[in-house]
Order: sequence, then C-alpha cells, then structure tokens
Amino acid sequence: MTKEITINPVTRIEGHGKITIYLAEDGSVSDAKFHVTQLRGFEKFAEGRPFHEMPSLMARICGICPVSHLIASAKACDALLGVRIPPVAAALRRVMNLAQLAQSHALSFFYLSAPDLLLGMDSDPAQRNLFGMLSANPQLARDGVTLRQNGQQIIELLGGKRIHPGWVVPGGVAEPLSAEKRDQILAMLPNAIAITQQAIHWFKEQLPRFAEEISAFANFPTLHMGMVDRRGNLETYDGYLRIVDAEGNVVEDRMTPEDYLDLIEEAAEPHSFLKSPYYKPRGYVDGMLRVGPLSRLLAANQISTPLANAALQDFRQIPERQSSFYFHLARLIEILYAWEEIQRVLNLPDILSEHVRAHAEPNAFEGVGISEAPRGTLMHHYKIDKHGLITYVNLIIATGHNNLAMNAGVKQVAQRFVRGDRLTEGMLNRVEAVIRTFDPCLSCSTHAVGQMPLHVQLLAPNGEVLDEIAR
Amino acid sequence: MSRVVTLKINGQDVSGREDESILDVARENGIEIPTLCQLDGLSNVGACRLCLVEIVGVSRLLPACVTRVAEGMEVNTESERLLRYRRMIVEMLFSEGNHVCPVCISNGHCELQDTAIALQINHIGMPYRFPVRQVDASHARYGLDPNRCILCTRCVRVCDEIEGAHTWDIMGRGIASQLVTDLATPWGESETCTSCGKCVQICPTGALFIKGKSVGEMTKRPDFLPYLAMMRNRKNGS
Repeated sequence: MTKEITINPVTRIEGHGKITIYLAEDGSVSDAKFHVTQLRGFEKFAEGRPFHEMPSLMARICGICPVSHLIASAKACDALLGVRIPPVAAALRRVMNLAQLAQSHALSFFYLSAPDLLLGMDSDPAQRNLFGMLSANPQLARDGVTLRQNGQQIIELLGGKRIHPGWVVPGGVAEPLSAEKRDQILAMLPNAIAITQQAIHWFKEQLPRFAEEISAFANFPTLHMGMVDRRGNLETYDGYLRIVDAEGNVVEDRMTPEDYLDLIEEAAEPHSFLKSPYYKPRGYVDGMLRVGPLSRLLAANQISTPLANAALQDFRQIPERQSSFYFHLARLIEILYAWEEIQRVLNLPDILSEHVRAHAEPNAFEGVGISEAPRGTLMHHYKIDKHGLITYVNLIIATGHNNLAMNAGVKQVAQRFVRGDRLTEGMLNRVEAVIRTFDPCLSCSTHAVGQMPLHVQLLAPNGEVLDEIAR
Repeated sequence: MSRVVTLKINGQDVSGREDESILDVARENGIEIPTLCQLDGLSNVGACRLCLVEIVGVSRLLPACVTRVAEGMEVNTESERLLRYRRMIVEMLFSEGNHVCPVCISNGHCELQDTAIALQINHIGMPYRFPVRQVDASHARYGLDPNRCILCTRCVRVCDEIEGAHTWDIMGRGIASQLVTDLATPWGESETCTSCGKCVQICPTGALFIKGKSVGEMTKRPDFLPYLAMMRNRKNGS
C-alpha cells in the first residue's frame, strides 16, 4: 500500500510545476516525480510562418529569457541565410546575451532562492520571500534588485525595450550601438562587479549552514554539457559544445550545432509535458545530462576574465561541487563573468561600427542555432520550404536537458528529508528548493514570489486525506 | 465647372464643390473622419465602413468617402453611436483574421493598429475566429499573409487603376472572401504581376510585405500615390 504527497504548484520557480512524492508502507519515500503541467505548442504554431519572424515569435516563449530565445533563434536563421554575420553584430549580440544571463541569474539567486539561504529552509513561509529578505538583510535584497536592473537596463539600451526587444534579427542586429549608450552601460559595471563580489563572499559564508542540503541536493554524478570557446574556456554566445563526465573527463568536444541530432535524443515521459533529452551514445537514463551555470563551469577549462576566473579556481577546490546546490555559486560567478566580459567587448575599438547586419536570401533549408541561456544550452532547429516558410521546428530548452537530473534530485531530497508519518513544511520546501537550484523556466512566462498557495496533501490509496499542509 | 454648395458638418458652416465627397470637404476643413480602405489617388469603394456619418433627415448611416455633399446638408461625424459602430467595425476586423500586433512585421507602422489606438480599443469584445490561412511567399521579393488582410481592396485598386496590371482580385463571398493573384495562382507564378510593389506600399497592415523584414521593420511608403495620380490626370488633360 503506497501513499502519495503532491506539491502543487511548486513555488518560486518560473512556470507551473507539480511534485508528487510516493510513500512506501513504512512511511519512507519510494519515488518522487517532477511534473511540468503546461503545454505551449510553439513548435507547432510557428509552422507556415516566414522564417524572418522567428526570433521575435520565439522570444514570446518567455518573459524572463526572451533574449535567450532571440539569440538562439537568430543564430538558426543566420544558418538558414547561410551568412557570417558582421563581427560587431556578433559582439553586440554577445553583450545582450550576457546582460540576459546576469539579470536572470540575479532573479534566480536573489529573488527566488536567497530567501531560503538567508532565512533558512525551515523559516516561516510567510516571511520566506523577497519582502522577508528586505527586513532581514535589506542590503542583500537591494543588491539583488540592482544587479537585475543593470542587466535589464543593458538589454533596454541595446534593444529599445527590456522585454521582447526586436533588435536581434536574422543576419545581425537592427541598429548599431551609439557612443552614448556604450558609455551608459560601461558606467554601470564597476558597481555591479563590486556587488557581485560581495554576494559571492556572502554566499560562501552561508555554506556551513547547508551541509546537509549540499550533500543531498541532486548530489550525484552526471554528465555536464556547456559551451566553450576554441581554447576550451567558458563561452555563452557562440562556440563549441563540450560534454564532461563527473570526473571532469571530456566525453565529447568541439560539437557544432549540426551535431546535436547525433548526440542528443529526446525521451517523452508520461508524467510530464517536459521532454527529457539525454546524451544518445550512453542511452536513456545513463546519458542523464545537467546543463546551466554549474555544468558550464565544470565543462570549461578557465574563464577568460580575471575576477571570474579567480572565483572559478576557488570553486574548483570544493570537493562536493557535483551537488546541484552549487548552481547558486556558479550563477554568481557567471554574473561576475558577464559584467567583466561586457566591459571587455564594449571597449573593443570598432564596437560602434555601423556595419551590423548581413542581408541574404535563404541559402539553406535547415538551420540549427545553439547558445547558452541562463539555464543552460538552448537549441533551436528549423527547416524551411523553398519560399522561406517554416515547415519544422524543434526546440530543446535548457530546462529540458535538466529534466532527468531534476527528477532524480527531487527523489534524492525527498528520500533524505521527507517522512510520511510527520510532514513538515520545511521538508517540502527542501523538495522545492532542489528544483530551484536548477532555476527551471517552465512556462517560461510567469513566476511567483513565495506567496503562491502551496497545497500539499498526503493521500491514502483510497483517496482519504491523511495529512494536509497549506500555505 | 462644378457648383459650390454650402452645408454644416458638426454644426460648422462649410462649403465644397458639389462633386466632392463629405470626406473631402471634412478634411479640407480640418475635421478628422477615420478611414481604412480610402486612399488619396485611388477610387473610393466604401468597403471598410469606418467613415460612416450621420446626415440629418436620413435614417441610415452613410459612408463619407462615397457620399457627395449637397446644398443644405447637415452632417455629424462624431456621436456615441458612430463611435460605438466604428469600434465594433475595428473589433470585427481583429476577430475575423489573425492579427497579433506584438509579433507582426508592421507593428508600430500599421493603419489598423493606429485606428484601434485612436478609437481607444483595448480589448476585443467578440470571440476570435482563428481562421487557418496560408502565407503565400512564392513571389521572389514580396509576401502575402492573408491572416493580416482586412479586404480593404487598396491593392486590387492600385494594381488595376495605377499599374494597369489587375493582378489582384477578391475571390469568394462574405466571410469566405479572400485576396487572390490572377485566377488564384501562387503570386510567384502570376503572369500579370509586374513586381512593381505598389500594392505592398499601400497595404494598410502587414498583409502585403517585403520579404526579409523582421518584426516591426515593415514600414510602408504610400506617398508616391497622390503624385502618380496627379501626373496621370494631368497627362490625360483632366
């Protein structure tokens, strides 16, 4: 006889998800599943559209990471055009992608996860949110707001608006950068870098309080996939994909977008609308991948910017760095990288060049675009007919790559912390918190700040409610 | 030489030539009446019904673009009823096709969008029809997205009256009406199309577009039309 606990909806993530915990007779956890309960249908309704509309259409997938979809989509369209875009256009897209990375990471860390880190996993859920942080540690909360604002402002300065800018187009970008805007962006960066360094310092101070979480938050060996540049250093806009194993051995290197079909296979599971991609040569489930900030840092040799690289070398000393709890630290290190790299790119001598767009008719009938979204490797794959109308779309979203690992992580945490005979809110918060380390973007268009109702029921097989917790 | 008539528009005494429309005289006097199908330089067909006005003594509403002025006429261009009808017309245009402004290539440069904003339409009160319509991208330079077509027939008229090709036409009736090239052959296979692009430039929405444009990038340049029409009239001696 088994019992079931449902956490629905999962809070402080982006999108709508649900967790089911299955209890064995003795009250221990036998299994746990993470369900994504929404279906979007973008791949289907883009069919028949002119491919030049794709970047903006695909950006509508998400209000948090429209830029990520813009970039991956525009790269897939560049492939359809068969052009090499002007180097300055690539540099400007890179800046926008980094700003996106920073603002999204700041949202995930400061708004969604820091309440757990600052106030504790077992603290009062009514306080465990951004507003609780504002009273407990106003500086930390303000820093989070500032970092997110900086990222969003850079996106707005480049693209004309913060959400769904139409600036990234097939063949490059629509408008060159002005000297005034460049200087405005550069002026923000020193403060942003200082704040990020403080946040890294603060996070490391908290680590001793979370030893148990570190050991059980999706802490298991998996493959990690991330983008690297020609020298094997961290890359987010354009480069090669690399897959490393838990020991850091390179399993796959110098993968180009065209290789993805040979290397990534997608499984569909009956309990979720989210597909479960895996590394094909190792098969399902051994090919379980993780992607995102932690995986990128584990895959890269080094980071090309000095401050972030120093933080990376410190991170490399952590023995339990396979634990998904360290996604949080990796996120902060990547924010630091983003500011430093934006600074470097904007100081390039020709960054104000007006040659930012290549024009061409479609020269290929199939194109794949891959970039690193905040949550990990994002793949857009399009096919068009001879007139340039879309006939096929396949999107592999970063959160999908992490699906198998998130499920395994939920199970690991549930088995460690949940006991069916004595349900506490803190136990269930940990089950949600492991999901939050991955920063999944499920919709990706909505998110909640702690105040969404969490309703957990412990059900007997006959449907009788044995226990209940409501927020 | 046409006679001059005097009339009242919105209580204001105005005068115009007897062969002028209410719309012409209103505009000459700085009175705005919304339009979509009307375009200076083309014949008027009264298709969109946005320019409906009230005329004292006439029980029904009449389109200002095809109704001539007359001596002693009293015209109202603004009233609660007219506003209600105009909003309803625009809402019906939105619900009839698949107009999704945020991802449209003409976003920010669209006469339908501008009209909706001017009429302060912030939601569509009737259910959307979500018709299934295929984009015709077979032409080398231009595309037709019937999802965004409001059947104003500007393209039909410019192609017939100015270019002289008459490539465009309307096929079907009522709700099944649709824009076609030649005898409903793909645009790219049209034998009459001269690829002049006038239809694209005068299309009020993103229905006709230049290929390769991304969202919000399709700006139209209809200004050539009055000049062309004027020069043609001058050549014909009228």
